[in-house]
Amino acid sequence: MRKILYILFLLPLLALSQEQLSGVILEESSSQSPLPGANVFWLGTKVGNVTNFNGEFSLPYKVEYTKLVVSFVGYKTDTLTINNAKPIKHSLKPTSELEEINITSRNKATSNSYLSAQNIITVSSDELLKAACCNLAESFETNPSIDVNFADAVTGTKQIKMLGLTSPYILIATENIPSIRGASQAFGLSFIPGTWVESIQITKGAGSVVNGYESIAGQINAELVKPSTDDKLFVNLYGGSNTRLELNTHFNTKVSDKWDTGIYLHGNSHNKKHDVNDDGFLDMPTYNQVNIMNRWQYTNPEKGIVSFINLKYLNDEKQSGEIDFNPQTDKLTTNKWGSEIDTERYEVSAKLGYVNPVLPWQSVGVQAAYSGHQQDSYFGLNVYDIEHNSLYANVIYNTIISDSRHKIKTGVSYTYDHYNELVNTADFKRTENSVGAFVEYNYFNLDKLNVTAGLRVDNHNLLGTFITPRLHMRYTTWEKGVFRASVGRGKRSANIFAENQKIFSTSRAINIIDTTGKIYGLDPEIAWNYGVSFLQGFRLFGRKAEVTADFYRTDFKNQVVVDYENAQEVNFYNLKGDSYANSLQVELHYEPFSHFNTRLAYKNYDVKTQYNTGELEKALTPKHRFFANASYETEIKEGRTGYWKFDATYNWLGSQRFSSTENNPSEYQLPERSPTVSTVNAQVTKVFSPKFEVYLGGENILNTRQNNPIVSADNPFGSSFDTTFVYGPIFGANYFAGLRLKIK
Amino acid sequence: MKLFKTTVITLALLFASISFAQNKNARASIEVDGVCMMCKKRIEKASLNTKGVKSAIWNVETHELKLIFDERKTDIETISNSVLAVGHDTKTVKATDEAYSKVHPCCKYRDEEVLDDHKD
Repeated sequence: MRKILYILFLLPLLALSQEQLSGVILEESSSQSPLPGANVFWLGTKVGNVTNFNGEFSLPYKVEYTKLVVSFVGYKTDTLTINNAKPIKHSLKPTSELEEINITSRNKATSNSYLSAQNIITVSSDELLKAACCNLAESFETNPSIDVNFADAVTGTKQIKMLGLTSPYILIATENIPSIRGASQAFGLSFIPGTWVESIQITKGAGSVVNGYESIAGQINAELVKPSTDDKLFVNLYGGSNTRLELNTHFNTKVSDKWDTGIYLHGNSHNKKHDVNDDGFLDMPTYNQVNIMNRWQYTNPEKGIVSFINLKYLNDEKQSGEIDFNPQTDKLTTNKWGSEIDTERYEVSAKLGYVNPVLPWQSVGVQAAYSGHQQDSYFGLNVYDIEHNSLYANVIYNTIISDSRHKIKTGVSYTYDHYNELVNTADFKRTENSVGAFVEYNYFNLDKLNVTAGLRVDNHNLLGTFITPRLHMRYTTWEKGVFRASVGRGKRSANIFAENQKIFSTSRAINIIDTTGKIYGLDPEIAWNYGVSFLQGFRLFGRKAEVTADFYRTDFKNQVVVDYENAQEVNFYNLKGDSYANSLQVELHYEPFSHFNTRLAYKNYDVKTQYNTGELEKALTPKHRFFANASYETEIKEGRTGYWKFDATYNWLGSQRFSSTENNPSEYQLPERSPTVSTVNAQVTKVFSPKFEVYLGGENILNTRQNNPIVSADNPFGSSFDTTFVYGPIFGANYFAGLRLKIK
Repeated sequence: MKLFKTTVITLALLFASISFAQNKNARASIEVDGVCMMCKKRIEKASLNTKGVKSAIWNVETHELKLIFDERKTDIETISNSVLAVGHDTKTVKATDEAYSKVHPCCKYRDEEVLDDHKD
């Protein structure tokens, strides 16, 4: 209807006029694209018009009009002599100054946002390349906000911490769909290959209400590569001196003008048995992983529709334990201590986004995801199987109130989780479902103040009906000085076994002390998180510098306490008393000369929990951490395509408390605290062309090792056997090489 | 035929004007002079502070100010005046010297030297 009206509206213009001069204005370039918004007017008169979207215009014509002026910002103004009303076609030349400006600015690998209300750190794909290997867990090794360490001495799993809290307290999403939760909590980060990740957003503190109520310490969102923008063909090969092998290939094609598809294959394997510390146990498991993803992308800019459909399949097999453990003969026997973990997972997810082409602030997003996860495993004599089926749906509507400074996000979400666990001989079955509604208001006055206030209400079959408030604000105190504050509440049900799988690689008795709660007899975890941060950009010796300081406090109202303080037991119980995590971080970025970037950080953790035996510092959490990173890129010489990239990261961890081992015989007792740990990683990349690059690097090149990571390794079926006292690397230096091939 | 045409035109204009008069989300672009991101803030803020303006996005390179506004509450002239009042010239009208004098020294877009400073 509207179109017809426009046509009708144009008709009279044509019909009414006595005589009209019409024409089209183009840009003088190889593409000859139309110039919308150019001014055309008769010299010396007030008669003029502006070209429309297609560069077309029309003007009243009189014989006395002879000079037509065509002008547009950034183009040379032309005056044309017109003798009759024949349609004209004219091209404008871009002004020469503009032509010569060639702005090249490299993306900063890691950047803190000056504008957003939340404390968001964006890690670009450039930064991700600094850690050549290989999955999401490892990509945080060049980031001081996230701590990466080994969960135990057996599974080789890297776990992450933020604000002093382990990953279950972080909401980890892929493309804003919560993905690493429930059964995949322990190993999920190693199920997302690094090359699939386009960028990562790390939000410290409470985070947005849009993605749910579970986040407590923060949110991590990984954006995956998109079929329409990723390379047509991408191949990445990695080989390590520890004989770890990885292969990543991406194939992307355009199916039609609106559909793109991509197939992403990842395989990794490690089959050599290492025992550097001679304790009879493998330093890292042997494993094989196959991971496949197929993405479909639909883009229709005229209608404002973008959609993604993703299919994923994963199969992962790990074996660890004693060197000569043979699963065929020794499984679940006391011949040899060994462990196998087999995981199979599939995921289907779809997203649909609609942006109103007429009203750009109005948009609707629909997300839906389904996953099935099956892990079958045993650790010595302990059996642990978990099956987790999960459904997630979220609808978000974006609009404004009165004008674009007041934005509103609102929507509803639904989650369903079914767990079926076998812990030795005990069965645990649980179904959780929740329906929630949220609203998030954002005010940005285009200047100093940006506030986001969110609230959600959820009805959960086990957690009850509860509200989750979150507030973030940013204030620009003075030039390049940004102050942020946030407060928020989070609530979650703890999957005590899935999140603490390392308890199975011990001889500890597993006890759940409480019985009245709805989740394994325990109550939901509830915490408030408060944070402030200050960012100041400045110039030091004429070069850009940036200093950030932030302080966060997480205060648990209830927590499922995992108590390792008796070396023969692990006890789960509801918090009685205080539990908090304070995190202070100071970070400095400086570019002493062109293309040379340095980052220094210091972090202080004060994490304490009230155990049944008293208030104690959280075990295996260093109070102090230093971090330094330097990276350098050589200039690309005129007419060449090649350059070098150098990157080095230094980490120092202060001493960490060991949980009490006083019940153990004296030969299996540990000191109160661990020694300090320093590690250095370095990497050199030679980029030959945008299509091909080769990298070479070393992980832990100082060859730092924890010598006896396993307590009672000589007697794995004795009562003191424990693999959880890990404070540093178990395997020494590892050197690697790899290549990347990209075809656009 | 002529009568038919005139009728159609009259009706069309009538419809058009009705539909326009009621347009809660009218779109328009005006050209506004300025040089930098500070100007952008000032121009967009001035526009949005005009009652009825829902969205205002100014492009620092093309000088185009894209507007979406409620035609029942405001019009291009009112918005232009708001922009002029904070010291930014539009294509058709120059801001008063008094208004222009309030613009931050680094935003003096009428000054060749300032323009040169913003070239890179």
